[in-house]
Amino acid sequence: MTGERSDLTHAPAGKREVEHYVDPQPFDPGSVEELTPEQERFYQASQWQIMWWKFKRHKLAVWSGVVLILFYLCVPFAEVIAPYTANTRDSNHLYAPPQPLHLFHEGRFVGPFVYGMKSELDMTNLKWVFSEDRTDVQPVRFFCSGDPYKFWGLLDADFHLFCPAEGGTLFLLGTDRLGRDMLSGLIYGARISLTVGLVGVAISIVLGLFFGGIAGYFGGIADNVIQRIIEIMRSLPELPLWMALSAALPVTWNPVWIYFGLTIILGLLDWPGLARAVRSKLLSLREEEYAQAAVLMGAKPKRVITRHLLPGFSSHVIASASLSIPSMILGETALSFLNLGLRRPAVSWGVLLNEAQNISVVTVYPWLMAPVIPIIIVVLAFNFLGDGLRDAADPYK
Amino acid sequence: MNVLSVEELSVDFHTAEGRSRAVDRVSFAVPENRTVALVGESGSGKTVISQTIMGLLPPVAEISSGKVVLSDPSGEIEPVDIATLDRKGAKMRHLRGNRVAIIFQEPMTSLSPLHTIGDQIGEAAELHRGVGRAEARELTREMLRLVRFPDPQRGLDAYPFELSGGLRQRAMIAMAMICHPALLIADEPTTALDVTIQAEILKLIKDVQSELRMSVLMITHDFGVVANMADEVVVIYHGRIMERGTAEQLFSNPQHDYLKALLNAVPSFDMDRSERLVPIRPITVKAEDLKKSRPDCRVAPGEPLVQVKDVTKRFTLRKGGLLGARTATMTALDQVNLTIRRGECLGVVGESGSGKTTVAKTILRALDINEGEILYNKGEGLSDVSHLRGDALMDYRRRVQLIFQDPFSSLNPRMTVNDILTEPLEIHGIGTAEERAERARSLMSLVGLDARYLRRYPHSFSGGQRQRIGIARALALNPEFILCDEPTSALDVSVQAQILNLLQDLKRDLGLTYLFVSHNLAVVDYIADRIVVMCRGRVVEVGETREVVSNPLHPYTRALLSAVPEPDLNEKLDFAALDAGRASEPGDWPEPFRLGDGTVPHLIEMKPDHFVCAPGLYGRHAQEGTAA
Repeated sequence: MTGERSDLTHAPAGKREVEHYVDPQPFDPGSVEELTPEQERFYQASQWQIMWWKFKRHKLAVWSGVVLILFYLCVPFAEVIAPYTANTRDSNHLYAPPQPLHLFHEGRFVGPFVYGMKSELDMTNLKWVFSEDRTDVQPVRFFCSGDPYKFWGLLDADFHLFCPAEGGTLFLLGTDRLGRDMLSGLIYGARISLTVGLVGVAISIVLGLFFGGIAGYFGGIADNVIQRIIEIMRSLPELPLWMALSAALPVTWNPVWIYFGLTIILGLLDWPGLARAVRSKLLSLREEEYAQAAVLMGAKPKRVITRHLLPGFSSHVIASASLSIPSMILGETALSFLNLGLRRPAVSWGVLLNEAQNISVVTVYPWLMAPVIPIIIVVLAFNFLGDGLRDAADPYK
Repeated sequence: MNVLSVEELSVDFHTAEGRSRAVDRVSFAVPENRTVALVGESGSGKTVISQTIMGLLPPVAEISSGKVVLSDPSGEIEPVDIATLDRKGAKMRHLRGNRVAIIFQEPMTSLSPLHTIGDQIGEAAELHRGVGRAEARELTREMLRLVRFPDPQRGLDAYPFELSGGLRQRAMIAMAMICHPALLIADEPTTALDVTIQAEILKLIKDVQSELRMSVLMITHDFGVVANMADEVVVIYHGRIMERGTAEQLFSNPQHDYLKALLNAVPSFDMDRSERLVPIRPITVKAEDLKKSRPDCRVAPGEPLVQVKDVTKRFTLRKGGLLGARTATMTALDQVNLTIRRGECLGVVGESGSGKTTVAKTILRALDINEGEILYNKGEGLSDVSHLRGDALMDYRRRVQLIFQDPFSSLNPRMTVNDILTEPLEIHGIGTAEERAERARSLMSLVGLDARYLRRYPHSFSGGQRQRIGIARALALNPEFILCDEPTSALDVSVQAQILNLLQDLKRDLGLTYLFVSHNLAVVDYIADRIVVMCRGRVVEVGETREVVSNPLHPYTRALLSAVPEPDLNEKLDFAALDAGRASEPGDWPEPFRLGDGTVPHLIEMKPDHFVCAPGLYGRHAQEGTAA
């Protein structure tokens, strides 16, 4: 066998002619190292630029970001955007249904307007029945004076983006049992509901970075103790714990204090997840050769952490933080819904939903469920955004 | 008859950055019962070709033209054009693992840890040959015997973690062979293995091939492997075939400039000491700027600069246990003695687990030692550095620098080249911001890189360029002594010569001293003045490079040298003389070299300045060697 093989191999022309092919083109040793202009641009880009390019490719995440920006515009400008203030009561319109917006009246274009509402008491069911008065055209006013308010609690003002016609009403999403406009409530409620997540996450980032950083960088006993604490916190049932903690907030506190109390409770209970993420990322980054290289050059721990480790996981922290905002928003909503969080006159989406606790009320006045819609949109948007951020977080993979 | 013929094959990749051609009109054939080597550097498209043949191309890849025709000489299947088959279809599945089989590079990850070797190998037989469990087991045992498993019966029920790397690769070969494929693709089958094991696996592939009369497509970048295995060679570069022919034609009469350049860039044992490798992309070193600011090393050339004295390092391994963990110790270094003289390059060779990297780490003070001393001469005589702290340690760190093995992970991807090069200066508080920037520029020209690249991030550079940045960083602090931890093992051969020459030039121009750790004997032979051979944490042979390579005295060194495949058809490996893995077992070495447990590994000067670990001769020789 072997003999036959070597025989075959050494037969130059006999049994099998093997062509000696040589590529005719000249050899350019530099051709693999040449860069196109796009590559050149890519190679001079910093980590954040590459992350942005990568993030931009995640269309769903980009659109979620746009939606969130629009929602967050309500936070500073709630008074201007809402047609009423959150607690303006119209005792003639209790449980009024949403007034649809029209553009044409009897085939004639008049711009956005609503028809006025006629109300009569239904004596058999003992409830107010509202119907559109097709003759009463109430055009929506834009950039107008309406309900007076204190802008940011400081400036007296009455400017609104849009308001009802003089002497008319504009309840686009209906009213509640005291005749308060639902849409205005939603816009004011965004202020608390949307910021509670940010503040809570800020608290949990600080705690998570601190404890996760200690556990990850120093390891040993500190790591062990922190890990056990995290495991204990994770094993506590969440909802009863929230309820117990918020029940402990004094009823006499004003809404601002209650608000901060809530965010601290939410933040305190959320940090273990983040601390674990920080710890595991630190553990893996610490083993990277470039971190070792810095140590061997004589760098002190502080420099290794700030120059080599922090930039490596800051993007991951942002991504995982944006994924934990929704749970905070839902937490606040749940607590306020259960009457354990904020109370009127403070307005949040959970407080508004509080009205919808009774199933019979909801079946008769379904618009009281309206706050569910922005909650779903915001939570989904945060999840998509966090997903996109997480995908873009490690540009060098 | 050609078992495989690839005709005008082109493969395109559609990625976010646009369309790129990975394989460009490639044609070649694999005849029956022959071995064809597909040689190329990383990124040349050789793996894409193997994926095409296996029908394993990723979804972003598209075969834009050409044919890949497989004709089975056993007549089991009709000739079929793989390029037209659905990659996920039943026909492709029927071919894959049955008529075409593949062995991967990494035997550690290509076997499932959850199943026994026997089950994994037998699976292919059950799938493709329709045999029952018992019959598959019988076939598997037969295959394990064919691949020379020491105990096939026991091997059947072994899990991969119980086997060494060499045995796992044997198991992989058995798995690929069980359906008697017409074509075996071996994708860098020995790159991850030590040389002695590599030689055995190569021999095994040859034996199995002649027994089963199958064709082999060997994908490799190592010309030593090519010279020993291939009947025909296909050289591929940047997706195009540069040259193709029989091994004789290509080795004796290379035509294309690329192939000529590649062959000139591979170090071999026949080279003269004065002979230099010719890199494909040569660089010029401009050392004038750095020489001016360099403080003189106050140790005379040839005097001891670093001395490792009786150093022992033990690692504590924790073993299981829910509560109290039992501990076991592993001796990584056993009374190691080394001397590195000022101005020389000391090569440390050994296989994985020999302790060569551990030595480097202990000298760097990255690991603490258990016993012994590490002495360094700052110009005031040798003094112990293993307990330095604070400023004294900072001063030592400035003098001793490391060049890493992996140029990809040793540079922070989030820092620009400028930040990377100035960082050591910042840490040591040297110079103003402007002086540092100036120094970064001269460091770049020192390693032959354009100063405009300073603003770029590391991911924009090729492996060789990154390694040059790593070298520039190591030189930023004007060190005296540099440890090179396998600096070329992650690089292509064409780049390897460039880096080796650069290191040589820097040593000459800046008066540096090197400790060069490598598993590649030919590389060490090229660059080192003296060689230390290590095995299982002990130094077994020390001497002048030429003396040790041409006249090895220790059985382990001999085994190592005889297992290195040379890129020369006239110096093929002597497969018959291979010593079935006994050579790296210190307890099995013949007297006077035998090292039992607890035997002190004394070095004996058997020839002038040539020391060998031979405890059996200790006492009979007048003087005890300290490898000085």
